[in-house]
Amino acid sequence: MASRSELGHRVDLALGNTAKRANIARAMYGLQQKRLAAFPDRDALEALRDAGEAIRRRALAALPELLEQLEANCRRNGIEVHWAETVEDANGIVLRILRGQGARSLIKGKSMVSEEMGLNHALEHEGIEALESDLGEFIIQLAGEGPSHIIAPAVHKSRHEVAALFGRMFPDLPRRDDIEGLCATAREILRRKFFAADAGLSGANFLVAETGTIVLVENEGNGRLCTTAPRVHIAVTGIEKLVERMADLPPLLKLLTRSATGQPVTTYVNFVSGPRRAGEKDGPGEVHLVLLDNGRSRIYEDPELRDSLQCIRCGACMNHCPVYVRLGGHAYGTVYPGPIGTVLEPQRSGLDRLGELAEASTLCGACSEVCPVRIPLPALINRLRFDGVRTDAAPTRGSGGRRSGREALVWRLWARLNSSPRLYRLCLAIATRLQGLTPRRIAGWSDARELPRPAARSLHALARERGFSDE
Amino acid sequence: MDLLFPKAGLAGMELIRRAGVRVIFPPDQSCCGQPAYNSGYRDEARAVAARQLAALQGDLPIVVPSGSCAGMMRHHYPGLFAGHPLHALAMSVSRRVFELTEFLVDVLALPVDDLGPPVKIAVHSSCSARRELGAADRIEHLVNAMSQVTTVEQDRKAECCGFGGTFAVKQPAISAAMVGDKCDALLESGADLVVSQDCGCLMNIAGALARRGAGPRCLHVAELLWERTGGQPL
Repeated sequence: MASRSELGHRVDLALGNTAKRANIARAMYGLQQKRLAAFPDRDALEALRDAGEAIRRRALAALPELLEQLEANCRRNGIEVHWAETVEDANGIVLRILRGQGARSLIKGKSMVSEEMGLNHALEHEGIEALESDLGEFIIQLAGEGPSHIIAPAVHKSRHEVAALFGRMFPDLPRRDDIEGLCATAREILRRKFFAADAGLSGANFLVAETGTIVLVENEGNGRLCTTAPRVHIAVTGIEKLVERMADLPPLLKLLTRSATGQPVTTYVNFVSGPRRAGEKDGPGEVHLVLLDNGRSRIYEDPELRDSLQCIRCGACMNHCPVYVRLGGHAYGTVYPGPIGTVLEPQRSGLDRLGELAEASTLCGACSEVCPVRIPLPALINRLRFDGVRTDAAPTRGSGGRRSGREALVWRLWARLNSSPRLYRLCLAIATRLQGLTPRRIAGWSDARELPRPAARSLHALARERGFSDE
Repeated sequence: MDLLFPKAGLAGMELIRRAGVRVIFPPDQSCCGQPAYNSGYRDEARAVAARQLAALQGDLPIVVPSGSCAGMMRHHYPGLFAGHPLHALAMSVSRRVFELTEFLVDVLALPVDDLGPPVKIAVHSSCSARRELGAADRIEHLVNAMSQVTTVEQDRKAECCGFGGTFAVKQPAISAAMVGDKCDALLESGADLVVSQDCGCLMNIAGALARRGAGPRCLHVAELLWERTGGQPL
């Protein structure tokens, strides 16, 4: 191909890195098996998915009212609620809170929304140290990389690579190559940081409107430490993470952990319901909740695309995506990779900029088959392809930005040919007679495959000969 | 199908006719419209789909010998014609569509008297047949009904072969990686034949195996059935 897009370059890089590809593929096939084992009863799984979808749909249907309810109940609990329309707003809010505390350091639990905000970079710019405490995030922060997966951010690295990285960064610590040893090393470094940090930051898996509760699911205990040890806890999350009632949580938690890692339950499920109260021995003095919009309310406006806000960030769509499995997350060049990223990111940044992502899918449906809340991902990807080339005013950002005159002409001619039966049959007759003259190569296709040769007789001709044609 | 896999379509029609059903091939048909639909060109897809609706009026069942075309007609025609004067007809066509193996198994309960030599077959169900139509078990049923056939299972059988219509041309590197892995799995399975109900997958897998210069022959399930149950050469 003459010119490669940015995506094309990243794809070439990803496909060329055999070691990284092997790490990712091995991990993804492992997660697929674990999910399968976690849902032994197919009917029960489908019933649970129905329930999960219904809960998320109900929450989204009443989103504006529930957000107000959430805010009122959080305030009653002593949680201060902040609204951020853009990532700049959100970073500004976090910075103001930290400055108000005179904080110089922040210890972070895993939060994809903070990645969306580019928070670490923004804080660093202001002289505040942000340290990742989730093991995977800790590793990639040391390596100066972004997450390649939303729940397993360092999944592209083997333990040997991690050992080498630790060896480089912490030459004084004993070198260990086994997973237990690596965890022990990270733990030793992080333990001190938890108690030294001025503030803690977390994401949120769910927000409960009826009680004003922040729910956080994790396996390492770092989330609990980030939210309890420092004197201030800031939770950052998207406005769509909310559910109506506490009773909505059990089905969603079951779906989330089983779909993500095949675990029946995570090691820690934290319910943050406010700052330390009088007589309590621990907990932060202040709890802040930063609710980020960043394009979500625009997505919400469209009744079809709104389905993408049902997402509970389990990562199952990427674990099962044959494109993601081969590329890993970095090739997408976005915060959220995989099928859900393919749907969210072009809406966030504009189809003119990221619309090509929607073309990097076979629409095979492996994602929607496993999505715990039944987001119709292939249909949404198809919709974004439509928005990318349509000429009328569509609400999606950058709509029409993928349209090229040449491609539009090809499809117009194709439509002309296929909607005129006589013209179509004429072309069939010509193509079957000129078999030898048809092209032997098509750019792209012929890189890896032979091109089929037209048959000597078309199905139209054969059907007529064999008496199938007319009544 | 028309130009590249006419024998698959013909075998399907012959199988149905042999079962005592009168088969009509409406000559005004062309393409279901899926290539344009999946590329975002919905007006063009609708124009082409409208011609198929015109050719498929009435109340007869419509048998489609490729999973993704059947998926397009059953699941996407209603939405494509929402609010359009042809919507009622689109609904009628959608309800009457059978993917070929669905028709052979569910409606005809086709008897399969296998007269062929012993052979090892790997089945590749298209993603449309498997996930959109939920019909992957029908081709398995038909292949398993052949007494001389041993079915072998390729690794990661349910994974997409990487065709995806225009995807194969627009994202050739990813597509090549996917079909490459699919070919590896099929070669490793020891199959003599790869059978599918979708011409897109067959074109992709057969093309990639041909480039390697080795591997099992790829065949549409209708041709396999016709060949092995005493059908005359097509």
